[in-house]
Amino acid sequence: MSEKVLMKGNEALAEAALRAGCRNFFGYPITPQTELAAYMAKRMPKAGGNYLQAESEVAAINMVYGAAAAGARVMTSSSSPGVSLKSEGISYLIGADLPAVIINVQRGGPGLGGIQPSQADYWMATRATGHGDGHVIVFAPSTVQEMADLVAKAFDLADRYRVPVMILADGLLGQMMEPVVLPDPIDTAEIPAKDWAANGHKGLRPHNTISSLFLVAQQLEDSVLARHDRYQLIKEVEQMAQEEQVEDAEVVVVAYGAAARVCRSAMHKAREEGIRAGLIRPITLWPFPTDSIVRALGPGRAFLSVEFSTGQMVEDVRLAVEGRAPVSFFGHTGGVVPTPDEVLGAIRRAASGERFNELPFKNRPKGGVL
Amino acid sequence: MANLDIMLAGFGGQGILFAGKLAAYAGMLEGREISWLPSYGPEMRGGTANCSVCLSDEPIGSPLVVEPDVLVAMNMPSFDKFADKVKPGGNIIVDSTMADVCCMRRDVGFSRVPATQLAEDNGLKGLANVILIGRLLKLTGFSDLATLDAAIEKSVPPHKADLVGFNKKALRIGHEFVDAEECQ
Amino acid sequence: MTTTTSSATAVAPQKGKVLFARTPALTDTVTNYCPGCTHGIIQRLVAETIDELGIEGTTVGVCPVGCSVTAYDFYSCDMVQAAHGRAPAVATGLKRSCPGNTVFTYQGDGDLASIGMAETVHAATRGEKITVIFINNAIYGMTGGQMAPTSLPGQVTQTSPYGRDIETAGHPIRVCELLSTLDGVALAQRVTVDSPKNVRAAKKAVRKAFEYQIEGLGYTIIEVLATCPTNWGLTPTAAFGWLRDNMLPYYPLGVYKDVKAGEGEK
Repeated sequence: MSEKVLMKGNEALAEAALRAGCRNFFGYPITPQTELAAYMAKRMPKAGGNYLQAESEVAAINMVYGAAAAGARVMTSSSSPGVSLKSEGISYLIGADLPAVIINVQRGGPGLGGIQPSQADYWMATRATGHGDGHVIVFAPSTVQEMADLVAKAFDLADRYRVPVMILADGLLGQMMEPVVLPDPIDTAEIPAKDWAANGHKGLRPHNTISSLFLVAQQLEDSVLARHDRYQLIKEVEQMAQEEQVEDAEVVVVAYGAAARVCRSAMHKAREEGIRAGLIRPITLWPFPTDSIVRALGPGRAFLSVEFSTGQMVEDVRLAVEGRAPVSFFGHTGGVVPTPDEVLGAIRRAASGERFNELPFKNRPKGGVL
Repeated sequence: MANLDIMLAGFGGQGILFAGKLAAYAGMLEGREISWLPSYGPEMRGGTANCSVCLSDEPIGSPLVVEPDVLVAMNMPSFDKFADKVKPGGNIIVDSTMADVCCMRRDVGFSRVPATQLAEDNGLKGLANVILIGRLLKLTGFSDLATLDAAIEKSVPPHKADLVGFNKKALRIGHEFVDAEECQ
Repeated sequence: MTTTTSSATAVAPQKGKVLFARTPALTDTVTNYCPGCTHGIIQRLVAETIDELGIEGTTVGVCPVGCSVTAYDFYSCDMVQAAHGRAPAVATGLKRSCPGNTVFTYQGDGDLASIGMAETVHAATRGEKITVIFINNAIYGMTGGQMAPTSLPGQVTQTSPYGRDIETAGHPIRVCELLSTLDGVALAQRVTVDSPKNVRAAKKAVRKAFEYQIEGLGYTIIEVLATCPTNWGLTPTAAFGWLRDNMLPYYPLGVYKDVKAGEGEK
């Protein structure tokens, strides 16, 4: 094992990718993920790999598509508006069954939005990374250590299921430094061979084709459903969540990423004043850890989803709960990070039996809606 | 040891982030849980910069320090912005060369360190930040002096290795500093 | 009794000499191109080049959106289908991750010069070691005859029904001229395939582009002026006439950039 080092989340993602055998990185600068690209620019040439600053996020994701088609471990990173631009390419990656890792260090939106931490891309990541019937696996790390640890897993799952994997972080996680023990470099010889890749048949096999095009409807349906079968398998075996003090909880807080950190502070404060709060922290957002939520169902138990958004993941919590328990929501958006005390306030209300969707609106315009 | 939430704030370019990194590194070397979070944005040079550092024996929740135990303010705007947020019983350390202020709060400790002047006088231009970390160390005892020395060795980039000695000297100047006057 | 000699000759067909056959770099899949379209010729020139250079096993082709969207079925080498306009970026990823391979894209005018212009210009200026086969037929073929970035002034298409008005639709783009200003370009040449002579010249150019790529000289592009009889509303023969009368004056044939020009190869 390596020694503990102090690293920014963005840098930990980059170093972990190198250690996971990634030797191809294509990106485009955008705050707050730029340290990742800068780290790759510095390290990749020395590691004998490819770093390329593309002319746009659109080009970057298509370079990823090309390198993935050739069978390489490849990664790109961006932040929310840049990921919107990548959505076309992500759809093609899905349609062509290409493995790749995509980092989204989220910032506030919509539009150009802002550059402060946000979780407003949950829907984009879990519902609509591009057009068509398709998914990417979505990881939501909550510490710098977890950012480092999930990268190799992201590459492995991408290769195993031939699906793109997104690591959904945010500006807070990307920018912060924490001690991290970096994973040991993998033996790249252990990466399973990709006999489907378009890397030149050398006269040894029939030619390979990488394509998402099926002009015959039945063939397209067959292709989509074959992938759908894999999605079902992924849903069964790849759900990940961390459960803390859920056993006796009267309020189960559900939060991921940086929001979960704020909630953990709030949970301790709640316990100190006698409110039995627990925390379910989804680590995979797709597949959503429905099993954890369902396991947590119990008499007198309320759920509270806390997000840096206007309420996106809460829909998955409600889908999992299926009306069997009250589900409330508390959040801030636009880059405003809730304080533990604010979340504590929401926990108190949920514990008192209230059901609510709370978005503190500090400067609501007078005169009502437009 | 108790949790310590530190907010360091000043102008971009004063070494706020580096000072925070030293504190965080020292905490890590002593085996504690730590986090370091910078403000980030387009205001990189000359604008306000701040940095949250948490030291704890438990895993750290929110790394964003809202109510610091210690505020290190390297300019007036930072003092104005954060002085009221310091927890009762906490400490405020100002670089009094840059912010010639008195603190009206009586529920916090207050230390005026003319760090920028001290740095200049001792041939340590640009190391006011480290002088203030020395003062922070003295007031809170958050780490051993030797650990901070090690943090300096780890944090100063290799191509600036000649600055390690200057940083250690600055640390000691802050550590040995005694407030000259009671501020009223 | 008389015996017929005809039945005897019918029984044993003579073994003739093969004068023209499918080149191995092409599969035996029947193409979906319209009758009289020049895609088939150009595609074959690329395949012949691959076979002559003996690089089928290390060549990867990229076919983006356009009439050649299913060209992955036509080539025997590994093939990658790409999003509209993104072939140069996809080719970049393919080439950078496997620098020993030969990578070509096969792009139409809408793909290369409209939606994919950013990718085109940047791959060119980076000097990506790829070969771009650019089919310029001054119209969008696959979608049924809309105006292309290379449609000529006054040219009637489905989306320029009164003729391309340069006041509103702007001017056609001369791709080779534009790219020839970029330092990363090793070869930029415009050819056509309207006559056996020109087909032979086009073949030479395609081969040269592949050779330059293999030598690592930089980005290579062969622009081929092509016909689209279906969407031009002309017979194949008349289409060649239209090409000669209208396209050649606007898009002169020739070598626009050749890093080896000084070596007397031009």
